[in-house]
Amino acid sequence: MDVKAVRDAFPILHQEVNGHPLVYLDSSATSQKPASVIDKISEYYRGYNSNVHRGVHTLGTIATDEYEGAREKVRKFINAHSTQQVIFTRGTTTSINTVAASYGRANLQEGDEIVITPMEHHSNIIPWQQIAKETGASLKYIPLRPDGTISLEDAETTITEKTKIVAIMHVSNVLGTINPVKELAAIAHKNDAVMLVDGAQGAPHMKIDVQDLDCDFYAFSGHKMCGPTGIGVLYGKKELLKEMEPVEFGGEMIDFVNLYDSTWKELPWKFEGGTPIIAGAVGLGAAIDFLNEIGLDEIEEHEHKLVQYAQKQMSTIEGLTIYGPEQRAGLVTFNISDVHPHDLATVLDAEGIAVRAGHHCAQPLMRWLDVTATARASFYLYNTEEDVDRLVQGLQTTKEYFGDVF
Amino acid sequence: MSFNNLDTLYRQVIMDHYKNPRNRGAVEGDHLTVDMNNPTCGDRIQLQLQVEDGIVEDAKFDGEGCSISMSSASMMTQAIKGKSVDDALKMSHVFSEMMLGNDVENDNLDLGDIEALQGVAKFPARIKCATLAWKAMEKGVDEEEA
Repeated sequence: MDVKAVRDAFPILHQEVNGHPLVYLDSSATSQKPASVIDKISEYYRGYNSNVHRGVHTLGTIATDEYEGAREKVRKFINAHSTQQVIFTRGTTTSINTVAASYGRANLQEGDEIVITPMEHHSNIIPWQQIAKETGASLKYIPLRPDGTISLEDAETTITEKTKIVAIMHVSNVLGTINPVKELAAIAHKNDAVMLVDGAQGAPHMKIDVQDLDCDFYAFSGHKMCGPTGIGVLYGKKELLKEMEPVEFGGEMIDFVNLYDSTWKELPWKFEGGTPIIAGAVGLGAAIDFLNEIGLDEIEEHEHKLVQYAQKQMSTIEGLTIYGPEQRAGLVTFNISDVHPHDLATVLDAEGIAVRAGHHCAQPLMRWLDVTATARASFYLYNTEEDVDRLVQGLQTTKEYFGDVF
Repeated sequence: MSFNNLDTLYRQVIMDHYKNPRNRGAVEGDHLTVDMNNPTCGDRIQLQLQVEDGIVEDAKFDGEGCSISMSSASMMTQAIKGKSVDDALKMSHVFSEMMLGNDVENDNLDLGDIEALQGVAKFPARIKCATLAWKAMEKGVDEEEA
C-alpha cells in the first residue's frame, strides 16, 4: 500500500494545526474523507438532487439509481445475499435501536435474557437496558478476562436457553479487542438466540462477510469508513427482517394507506420511513469504492503494522499504561502517570496532534479499568510511522511540561 | 501554538490548586449535596454546601477530573465561603463571562486566584471543565431556594 498516495487523497490532512502539520489520530471517533467522497456528494447536490422512488422525472431516476446502486455496493462489501437485507439508517446507533425496538419488543418477555459484555459502547448497552425494562427481560454480561478479552467458556455459561438476544461489538473502540463474533454467533444459535454484531469498529478496518460470520444482524456507520456522517447500515437475515415491524412510520415505507390501517413496502424500504439519506448513501457508495480500490486486507495489514510499531515505541515511555490485550485492532488507549487525559490531549493539540480523551462512550468499561478517563490514539489507512513518532514525541513533551507538577 | 500559549492555560496557581486542592472533603453538620457530571468527558464533582441565613458557611468538594475542573472547584469553594448566596451567584456570572472572553463589571467582588483561569477562554474545548463546579454551585443554591 502506497501510504503517500493514500494521504494525497485526503485534502484535510494537508494542513497545519496550531503551527504544526496535523497528525490525525482520532479515526475511531470519525475517519477523514477522501476527495472522491466529498466530490461525489457535491456531484449529487449539483447534478441530480431529487427525491428517490417517486415521480417520473429524469433527475429522480438518476438519484434513485445512485441510491440503490450504493445499496448494492454495501451488499457486496459485507457479502450479504441480497440488497433486501441492507437497510440504510442514520448510523450504528440507529441500527441497534431499530433491532431493539422492533425485534426486541416483539420477541422478549419476562424471564428472557439479553447477553452483552462490559466492553460495549453505550449504543450497544442502553437500547438493551431500555427494552429490558419495557419487556421485563433481564440484561446479562459475559465477564471480561483481566486482559480485556472475553472467553468462549464464559460465553457458553452466560448464554443459556433463556437467552433471546446476544449483542456484542466486533472490535472494542477502547481496548482494541477483536471479539470472536463468529464463534459467539454459533453459541447464540445453539441456544436459539439471535446474534447482533456492533460493527462500528469492524467494517471500516477488515473484510466483513456476514454470511461467514453467520450473525443475524450487523450494524455499522459510514462516517468511520471514509463516508459522510448521518448514514449507516443495518444488515439482517431476511427471515427475521421480514417478520419485524418497522419502527418509523410515514412516507416512503408504505405500500397502501387506508384511513385506519396501512401496509408496508417490502424489504428493505419498510425500514426506511421518510425521505432517505440520499446524499449520505451516495457518499458511502463512493467510500466503499475508495476502500475497495486499496483493499481491505491491505488496510488491515497496514493498521496492524502501525499499531505494533506504536505499542513498541510507546512502551519506551516511562509511566505510560496501555489498556487492552497485546493482539489488538489499530488503536492504543493509554494514560501517562498522573496526567489527566484532557490535559494530555490539550498539550498534544498544541503540537498539532489530535487524540481522543475521555470515557469513549464506554463508562462501564472505564469503571472496569478503574479509571475515570483515558487517552486514545486510533489509526487508519492514512496514518504513518511518522505520525506515531510525532505522538511519542508529543507524549515526551507532555511529560516534561507537567513534569514538575506531578 | 507555542508553549507560551499553553502557559496561559496551565498557570502555576492552577497547578497548585490541582495538586493541593483546598476544601476537598465533606462538610460536617447540615448541608446540601449536589452531584454533577460532565457527560462528554467523564469529569464528576460532588459539592457540599452549608448555607445559613443566606450565607455560604462552608463549601467542600470531591470528584474526579482534569487539572482545570479540579482546580476550578478548589478555587470556587475558596471564593464563595463566607459570602452571601447573592454574591456567590454574581461571581458565577462574572466567571461565565470571563470564560466567554468578555469583560464584565464585577462589583468589586474579590475573585482572588480565580482570575488565573482567564486563559481557559482561549481553549474552547476546556471551558466546560472550568465551569463544572460553578454550575454545581448554582444548582445547589437553586435547590436550596426551592
